[in-house]
Formats: sequence, structure tokens, C-alpha cells
Amino acid sequence: MLESVLIANRGEIACRVIATARRLGMRTIAVYSDADRDALHVRLADEAVRIGGVAPSDSYLRIDRLLDAARRTAAAAVHPGYGFLAENAGFARACDDAGLVFVGPPAVAIDAMGDKARAKALMADAGVPILPGYHAAEQADDALVSAAAEVGFPLLIKPSAGGGGKGMRVVREAGELVDALVTARREARAAFGDDTLLLERYLDGPRHVEVQVFADAHGGVVHLFERDCSVQRRHQKVVEEAPAPGLDPSLRARMGEAAVAAARAIGYRGAGTVEFLLEGDEFWFMEMNTRLQVEHPVTELVTGLDLVEWQLRVAAGEALPRGQSALSLAGHAIEVRLCAEDPAREFLPATGRLAHLKFPTGAGVRVDTGFEAGDTVSSHYDSLLAKLIAHGADREQALARLQRALASLQVVGVTTNAALLSRVIAHEQFRAGGVDTRFLDRYPELLVPPADPPNTVVLLSALALYAAAREEARTQARAIGDALSPWAVCDAWRLNKPGRERLELEHDARHWTVTLEQADDGGVHIGLDEVPAGHAAQPVAERTTGAGTRHYARFDDDPQVRTTVTLDGHRRSLACHVTGDSVTVWHEGEAWSLARRPMSREPEDVDAQGSLSSPLPGQVIAVHVAEGDSVSRGQVLMVVEAMKMEHGIRAPDDGTVVRVHYRTGDSVAEGEPLLVIE
Amino acid sequence: MHVLRTRLDTRDETFRANAEHHRADAEALRELVARIARGGPDRAREKHLSRGKLLPRDRIAGLLDPGAPFLEVGQLAAYGLYDDEVPAAGVIAGIGRVAGTECMVVANDATVKGGSYYPLTVKKHLRAQEIALENHLPCIYLVDSGGAYLPLQDDVFPDRDHFGRIFYNQSRMSAANIPQIAVVMGSCTAGGAYVPAMCDQTIIVREQGTIFLGGPPLVKAATGEEVDAESLGGGDVHARESGVADHLAEDDGHALAIARRLVARLNRPRPQWLEQALPVEPLYPADELYGVLPRDTRQPWDVREVIARLVDGSELDEFKPLYGDTLVCGFARLFGYPVAILANNGILFSESALKGAHFIELANRRGIPLVFLQNITGFMVGRRYENAGIAKDGAKLVTAVAGARVPKFTVLIGGSFGAGNYGMCGRAYQPRFLWMWPNARISVMGGEQAASVLALVRREALTARGESWSEREEREFRDAIRAQYEHQGHPYYASARLWDDGVIDPVQTRRTLALALAAAARAPLPDETPFGVFRM
Repeated sequence: MLESVLIANRGEIACRVIATARRLGMRTIAVYSDADRDALHVRLADEAVRIGGVAPSDSYLRIDRLLDAARRTAAAAVHPGYGFLAENAGFARACDDAGLVFVGPPAVAIDAMGDKARAKALMADAGVPILPGYHAAEQADDALVSAAAEVGFPLLIKPSAGGGGKGMRVVREAGELVDALVTARREARAAFGDDTLLLERYLDGPRHVEVQVFADAHGGVVHLFERDCSVQRRHQKVVEEAPAPGLDPSLRARMGEAAVAAARAIGYRGAGTVEFLLEGDEFWFMEMNTRLQVEHPVTELVTGLDLVEWQLRVAAGEALPRGQSALSLAGHAIEVRLCAEDPAREFLPATGRLAHLKFPTGAGVRVDTGFEAGDTVSSHYDSLLAKLIAHGADREQALARLQRALASLQVVGVTTNAALLSRVIAHEQFRAGGVDTRFLDRYPELLVPPADPPNTVVLLSALALYAAAREEARTQARAIGDALSPWAVCDAWRLNKPGRERLELEHDARHWTVTLEQADDGGVHIGLDEVPAGHAAQPVAERTTGAGTRHYARFDDDPQVRTTVTLDGHRRSLACHVTGDSVTVWHEGEAWSLARRPMSREPEDVDAQGSLSSPLPGQVIAVHVAEGDSVSRGQVLMVVEAMKMEHGIRAPDDGTVVRVHYRTGDSVAEGEPLLVIE
Repeated sequence: MHVLRTRLDTRDETFRANAEHHRADAEALRELVARIARGGPDRAREKHLSRGKLLPRDRIAGLLDPGAPFLEVGQLAAYGLYDDEVPAAGVIAGIGRVAGTECMVVANDATVKGGSYYPLTVKKHLRAQEIALENHLPCIYLVDSGGAYLPLQDDVFPDRDHFGRIFYNQSRMSAANIPQIAVVMGSCTAGGAYVPAMCDQTIIVREQGTIFLGGPPLVKAATGEEVDAESLGGGDVHARESGVADHLAEDDGHALAIARRLVARLNRPRPQWLEQALPVEPLYPADELYGVLPRDTRQPWDVREVIARLVDGSELDEFKPLYGDTLVCGFARLFGYPVAILANNGILFSESALKGAHFIELANRRGIPLVFLQNITGFMVGRRYENAGIAKDGAKLVTAVAGARVPKFTVLIGGSFGAGNYGMCGRAYQPRFLWMWPNARISVMGGEQAASVLALVRREALTARGESWSEREEREFRDAIRAQYEHQGHPYYASARLWDDGVIDPVQTRRTLALALAAAARAPLPDETPFGVFRM
């Protein structure tokens, strides 16, 4: 076995590789950019080397720095993970040249599959079924238009150098082709610096089924069965499972054989994935990924193998640990990708600090992640927060376990797709199995969170805030040595009256008044009223009952902990996280954030209000905007120096600069208008 | 430790009947309080709300710490007076915790006659200030008042304990470092303008609060100047120009938030003269108190049954248990605080009075607060007792009560008649707080005795004049006396006139006392005890 491995990657995959390498007795070496100085993979590794600034181009994509780090740490091998340089033949070569074992295929194999057009030609020669397409170097419009006629419509335009769905376009009829080519070229050039395009027949409802292959340096090639990754959004996988639901064993065997043939055809070594499109019992080669896939855990769970271990053994020159006949499927595994993104806003990547993070645990549940609570999700790297994988004796059990796992997942601070994942898992079509890659296009409602929180969520939110406020008061009382005072008992006690408190809660445009009244038995009577839009809060201090609903709750646990609540006779865990005046409640797979309505409309920072006239007689020393600029409230527009002090002139509101009356160096009198904003 | 064991059977018929009777009294009290707490008529409340103002009790809730208790004072003030149109005397007062500090909060209720000051409004405001002064509680005035109620100006303005005393108190408290903070959330006209003006710090709500010595109508009448309220004395004027207010708030909520921040900056260290142990609940539930009390006040009962339901672990270490046993004296803890309890268990004799005086001296020397549980028909009368000097023994008790330096708390749990009221720290003896149970009665003597005494005197007078008095006439005479005493001795009647700090549901006694003890511990304990001469 190799003495050590440097992981030229970050995030969950770096952590994943470290775990296996350590188990095998290897020394583990991480690398990090400035943004990752305190990242989990750095903390887990035995050693870690800084390789540059936050931008990938200044760190994780810097071959020179990676090799230097390997040299400094006397690393024996380099594991590229996925993404970054994992499929960069130049990197594989550079490792070879530096005498480092590259944990991946030979550079020539990467090259062979890296060029999509060449790969298809190679596969066709090897007898692997391929979709009709045009993969030639001739890129003139005429050539592409005539080729398109042979490929047939609808067809897909793909950048030859691309991957991950970037720059792909579907063309449904010949008339649209020329315009689409122009756009596709521009996008391809921007994304990959290469505008070579290829054409391919487009399937309307194919499944994405891929086969895991493994090859050693001794001519051994096996497949580790398939994974169904059909649930995708814009060609990015969302859910992956193994085996593919409803796949006929003979079809499975045929696909496996085709994948093995593909690997052999390019002299493959290590872990690879051959991606196919499947429609009916027909399948076509799509591409081969010459690396470990994100979704490898589902294969691990159904085969009982550690693919990273296999990678390291093969890289060390060992033969494959098992032959094809010794490999079998056990049960079913499903993985969902938890990403920092907002499905309701076109999957806009989300960033922020993970104020609270709780991953599911339990039988059959595995979580691969590179994050811990308190970590920051930045915009520099990909949005994958974690992979939640459930394994069960059959698909139904795996689904059930995954559903429970998602229900107990808690993330606060960063928007995630967790609720989308829950909705997908719960969807009737998905549960039936065999959905195709258009699944999410067909059910766009899956992307949109339910607009209105159910009453239970409002009640649980109120209870969570109520309990948190009490806990906060107790903490403060303890801090001043006053915890025992009867004044520190937070029950809103009143003389000859029930102790009643009011909480004003809001969620988007909705607004509720919740009254909480301490019951004699330690429980809480709750009144829930929705306040119609545009109305002020209801006065409730002395009202009896409103038109709303009445409820009763008890905190069951140790009152100091308050993690379980019985609401209207239904005992459940109170899955919540309170930050200041807002609370996140997890309920039936959805995360709901409600906020306590501020009691006052206290003005924000007074400075930000600004004035567009000079506060004192002075001199303009800087003008930051020009006529026509859009400005936002609080933005500094101009700086006036007066009495040896600089006064920033701020925009009183959002607007557009229509006039700038002064230039730098001009003198201004007190009260003179400086700019005009509309 | 002596743990009190109950001798009552809660399944007993009498107990149940008692419980039902007293629970009904408590329910009636709660209903009355709920009605009073609504404040002014619905019309006035709606008008108030439509201006974006919070109701006074919502203001208080917003001012207090989340979930903080509020010990209201004078809840029943003016009940049954002024045509019953001035609930709570138009001002809400009580102690609550703000930013970790117990404060006296006085909030005008503008929905009640515009928040104007009736005689009892003044009395309640002054009582609240007295509590603040005695217990060193910062005062927060949530001002929203039109000033003195002019039709009753002769009972509001001229005397020592009338309107002007409010500002005198503010000045005196400010001098004693008892902070005075005003939040102007409505009008402060004429004399009322001095509430914010006399405060250490003042907050005013924009386009809502006004402060002026003379309002627009008065200005017009006096000088012919026409001016609107906002430019005469609105928030912007006072926060930017006059400097009468220190902070300008956007609305009620903002103003309360500022007030909380001001209190958070006060620097009020806690005096350390009263050590608190871990509070322990009594062995018996508080609601058994309903069953402990007899329905007929003449029925004897053991006051230890009440103590057992008030004090920590029902533990009482009695002082001189074998001597003067009509006055139960003993040390206990209440919500962890040490207390010295004096509780009537029958009529006061010389021995009981001597024992009580001795016990007060002990508690006073040791700095232990005194709790009086009053159920007293008076001192024993008759030749034997007078000749033995019961008057001077009673005087010893009264002297001890009057002079004690430790905080005193009195709860009228039954009768409070005659000189017994003095010896057991009645209102005149300046307990920090005094409350009544719904079953309690207070008068110079019991209605029955008064009827008998007055009937006897009258019969003698009539007989001397040679006139006759039929039994029917005498019965009617006696009934009228009894009815008058019953009416005037009723706790609602007493509380309406602020002879006490409130009528309390017996089950809330422990918590009420605990809050009061904790508040009292905020003031330092005087070093000296100025006892008068004990007549020997």
C-alpha cells in the first residue's frame, strides 16, 4: 500500500478520501485555499498545505502549487477527487513526471474521453451503442446544418469541451438551428475557451443510467452495476440510486458489458463511470467520467465495497480485489444532494454561515459532508453541502429511511434544496420508480415551497420563541446571580389574572397574533389568530377569545431543554432553531422561517437616511456617482470636506442620479443641493 | 425543622363546602378584575387603537422583560366610585422587571376619561411612588393623561397629598438615586407636564406625545395665539428645540424599547442583606386554602393550616409555642427568603402581645422581614385583663410594630377589627404592602358587636327618655348597622379606597409575598432601629 496520499481537492470528497486512506494506514495530506484555512478537510487531515488564494484558479487548479505541496510533504500519491483537476490529463501527466502516483486513469485515457467527439468515435468502434450525432472537426454552419438533417430532430447542440450541462441547447426544428449555433458557440467559448460544437439526437424522455466500472493495471476490468441518476435539474444530478428501478437483469448485464467494453477500449485504469441514456430497453453511450463520481456512495452501499479503497489499491499496482463473479447487489440505496441553493429562485447559489447544522443519523443512513456548524459556505466553490444516503433491504425501505433522514435534517443560515429533496422523495411518480430526466421539468411545482405555513408550524414557532425567550431570561438572571428570584420566573404572572403573553409572528405577507397563557398545570393555552393583511396587531392584553383557534401545549422534557412538546395531545420533537427574533421550524420535510414582528417601526441607522445638501460650507473632495447611475439607499454619493472632517453624502433612498451639481474640488455653501436623485 | 402537618381532611364535607364558597369568591374577584382590566368603554379603546397607540396593559407588557411577572397595585381602585366609570382609577400601577431591574411602572389609561386624575387616581399614583421610594424601585411613567379632573379639583389639587405631591416625590426620589423616567405617549397638559419635566430622563413619541403647560385652547384664551398641539409641544419640538424631552420615538413600541435601554444603563447593584435559599414548594397545594377557611367567621380554625400552604416545605420553627398561643410566631422561609411570621390564632391576650413584641425584636435585630397574617377581632376585654394591664402590653406590641426597621408585609386573611389591626401592622403601621383576601373584613369592630353595642346604647338612651323600643325596631336597627359594617368592611370597598394594595386570590398569596419580598430586598436595610419607649 502507498505510504501517503495528498488529496488535491476540498469539501466532502476530500474528507471521504481521508477517511479511507486513514483506515488503510496511510498518511493523509490536505491542501487548502485561503478560504478553506479552517475547513473540515483541513482539520481531518494529518497535514495540510496552503496552495493559494480563494479563487480555484489560484489554488485548487494550480498544478504547480499542488506538486510543490506534494514535494514538501513527500507525498507518495495524489488523489484528485472529482471536479477541479480530476479529469485533467495534464495534471495526471505532471504527477507521473514528478514521480507521484496519480490515483486515477492514465493520462491517455483521460484524453480519450475528454474530447466528447473523439470518445464517441472510439465507442462506436468498440461496439458501444451511440446516439446518432455529428462529432466532426468541420464546424462551418453549412456542415453542421447538413449533418443535423442526418442526425434528425429534435437534436442537442453540445460544446465538445464541455460537461455538466453548460452550453447545451435543444433544437426542435431545422429553422431554429442557425440561431442556436451562434448562441451555443458564444457560450462554449466563454465557458471553455473552445467553441467546437457537436450535435446529437435528442431524446424526449430518457433515463440517465450509468455504470460504475473499475479496471486495474493487469488487464482486469469489472463493472459494479448501475446507478439511476435521472432526477436532474439542468443536467445536474439531484437524486441518485442503485440499482436502477425496474431494470431487467439481462438489460443490466448488457449495459455492464458495454461499459466494460468501453473501459477496455481506452486502456482504462481505476474508477470510471460510463453514462448511458436509457429509453425502453435501448441505451446509448453518453460519456465516460474518468474519476470517482459524486454519487459513488450508493454503489458502495449496494455492493458493500469501499470504492476509494479500490482506487488506492489499483493505484498501488494491486489487482482488483474481486472479479466480476464475486460482485453482487444487496438491497437498495438512494442518495440526495443537499446543496446551498434556492430551487424557488432558479437554483441561485446560496451563501452564508451555517449557524446551525444537524445531520440525520440512524440505521441505514450515511452522510458525506465537508461542513460543520459554524462553517461558511462561500460562492467560490460548488454548492454541495452534503450527500444524504439511505440504504435499505429494498427500495421502499431505503425511501422510508431517506424520508426520515431528510425530516430530521436541520440547516440554518444558508438556503438549501432540502425541502425540494423531500418533495421529490415523497412524489408519487418518483416512488413508483423509473422517472426520466425530465421529471423536474414535468413537475415544476416541486421547486416551489408551499406558500402558507400550516397552523401547526405557526404554533410550534410561537412555542419555540416562547421557550427561547424564557431560556434567555433565565440565562441572564443566572448571569447576574439572580436566578432564584421570583421576578426571574418567566410565566408572565399577573395578580388575579392569567399570565398572558402575545407574540406577533410573520411569514412573508402573513401575520399572526399568538397569545400564550400559562396554565395552572404548567402547560400553555394558546390562541391563534391570523391578522388580515394591512391590519395592525390586535390588542389582546385584555381580550377574551378571538375568532381564531384555541390550543393547548406542554413542554414534556426537562424544562431546561424543551425539545419535546405535546401540542393538542400530539407529542413530537420540537425541531427548531431560534436566532434572535426569528425561528426555523422543520415540519414534514419543509423548513419554515417565521419572525417575531418587531414591536416598533424603529428607524434604521439614522446615518443612512442622508441628505442631498451640504451639511456645512466646504469643498467637494470626491464624487462617486455620475448622472444616470442607479444608487441604493445609504450609498455614499459624494464626499464634502468641511472643518477638516469628511462628510459622506448618502442616498436617502434607492433611485437614479439625475443631476450632479458639483465636481471634485468645487466649493459648496451650507445647505446647497449637491445632487438630485429620483 | 418543624414540618407543619395538616389536620384537615380534604374529602370532608365541611372542607368541600368551604372550598366551594371561597373558590366562588375568588372567581368573582377574577371576573371583576378582568372587567376592570379592559379599561375604558369599547368606543374609547377603539379610538385609542385607531391612533396607532397601544393599550396601557400592552404598553406595560412591551416594557417588561419577556415573561416577566407584574405585581399590580390598587387594581380595584375607584371600584364603585365616580359612578363606576373610572376602572382602576384610570391609572395602572405595579412592579415589573425591566432589563433585569424591578421597577415601579405607572401607566395612565387614556381610554378612561382621557386619563384624567380623579382624587383616587392621585392617591394611587402617590401610593405607587411611596412603594417605589420605600423599596428603591426606579419609576417609569407611561404618560397619557389630560391632567386633573377639573370638576373635582378641590379633592385633587390643593392638599398635601394631592396632585402636586407627585412632583415633590419625583424630586425627592431623584435625589435619593431612585431614577425617574417618563415616556410621553399622549398628553401631558398643565400640571401633567411636570411629570416628564421632573423626570431624570424623558422619551416622547413623535406626533403623539405632547407636553405643554397650557394647551391650544388655553393659549388662545390667554394670548389670542393660535397654535396646534404638535407645534406647541409635540415630540419634534421637545426633542429638537426645547430639550424638554431627551429621546424622540417613532411609536409606542420604539419608545418602550428606548425606555428598556435607559433602565439597562442605570447601574443598580443589589443590596445583600437578605440571603435567599433554594425555594421549596409547600407540602400542600395552595388551592386547599379555599377549604381551610370557614364560611362563618366565628368558627375557630388553626392558622397553621394557612402557614403550611404558604411557606417553603411547610416548615415553621415556632417561637414560644407554649406561651401566648393565640398569636402564632415563627421563623420560616418563603420562596427561599427568611421571614418571621406573626399570625393570629384567636383573640390577643397580654401574653400574646408580649410574645409578639419579643418576636418582632428578634426578627428586627436579625434583619428578617416580618409577615403578619391578620385575623383578629381585637384584644381581650374585661376587668381582669384591663386590671392586669393589657393596654400596656398591647402598646408594647404596637411600639415594636411601629418601630421595626425590617420590611413588613401584612395580609388580612380574616377579620381586622379594632386595636388588633394596629398590633398586627394595619395600614397605619406602614407595612411595605398590605393585601386582603376576599373573605377578609375590616372595620373598627365587627358588625355584630357594633350592632349590639349601638343597640344597647340606644336602648339605654330611649329608656332614660321613657320611650319604648319594639323588638322589631331593634332588629331593624341592628340589621341596618350590620349591613353598613358588612358593606364598608368588605375588601372591595376597602380596596376601592386604597386602604390596601389589593384584594388577592388566596392561592396567589405565596407568589405575591415572594415578589414583594424580593422587591423589598432592593432597598438597603437601615442600621438603626428607632423603637419608642416600651411601657413596662
